Amino acid sequence: MRHEIRLKIGPVRFRVGSDWAGPVAALRSLYREYPAADGVPDYSVRLEATRPWRRFIRPSVAVRGDHMLPDALPLDLAHGVLAAEIGMNLQLALGERRWLLLHASSVARDGRALIMTGESGSGKSTLAAVLAARGWRLMGDEFALVDLVTGEVRAFPRATSLKNEAIDEMLLHVAEDRFGAELIGTPKGRLRHLRPDARAIAAMDEPATPALILFPRFGPPEGAEAMGEAETFVRLTQASTNYVPLRRAGYDALTRLVTSVPAVAVDYPDTDSAVALVEHLWAGL
Amino acid sequence: MLEGFAVVYHPASGATHLLASPVPEILATIAPGRGAATVAEILQRLAATFDLDGDGLAVVTARLAELEAAGLVRRA
Repeated sequence: MRHEIRLKIGPVRFRVGSDWAGPVAALRSLYREYPAADGVPDYSVRLEATRPWRRFIRPSVAVRGDHMLPDALPLDLAHGVLAAEIGMNLQLALGERRWLLLHASSVARDGRALIMTGESGSGKSTLAAVLAARGWRLMGDEFALVDLVTGEVRAFPRATSLKNEAIDEMLLHVAEDRFGAELIGTPKGRLRHLRPDARAIAAMDEPATPALILFPRFGPPEGAEAMGEAETFVRLTQASTNYVPLRRAGYDALTRLVTSVPAVAVDYPDTDSAVALVEHLWAGL
Repeated sequence: MLEGFAVVYHPASGATHLLASPVPEILATIAPGRGAATVAEILQRLAATFDLDGDGLAVVTARLAELEAAGLVRRA
């Protein structure tokens, strides 16, 4: 392809090719502190013009790769970074067989991981970013990779994707030079990427032992309620993108996780109370 | 067992099932080694371990129909 960048995020190597320079330049800036991605890429993502002339006229980006959904809509070229992010997520979500993938953010402290999963809008990305700003190690905002053999969590610290109010919230906690350009009018509304800190990048190859699973939900009243193993199991099968194709190995990995790690549903009205709740629960482990 | 649910992975379909009582107990009566059974025999085997009340036959018949629909048991 005309433009290309290779990225290594945690244990996963990507090659992102593009018909345009813009998305690759934006990725290069977002991932400028990451180590060089040597070796054979695990996944290829292609950002292609939907029609040849669409490279120039009202440019429209189709996300293509080894694994594709049939009805993915093309995106505006101005949102090329989002297209690349969607492409990378999709390759991992549909293609990955080395780990059990949980749609979850994760942070670590002292080699132990806190996994936070929930619907889009639950605040799991924001919460991970805020905890990282308060001294936790960011492991990832989108996927937690659970090792099928050891049960440990591998980090996948791609740039954190913040949406709408979460952007303004994080600007209170983190210097603006850590942010990428703001994308306006995307299918998810306003979107801005936050570059993980140097510590998260330096430690991205270090696994952590899962210690706590949270199901955060943004909104009052503040509260925390222990979740039973059966409900946790079912919710995590829904939060996993590859539980079914992993078959028995996925079942074994998930059963081990659910029976060895406590899970708590937490409601929080603001990030300060969420951080306090997390610290309280963590101290009680 | 998770909180009283039996979690069953079915290799043939790749599906995972959460089974509430008395389904795990019914399955245990026809586990490999004990062999296939008629509904009446399943009731007898259950009665050897559990106190059954009057509608045992209806319950076992209904649960077996669900297990058959899920592909976990097969009519011989």
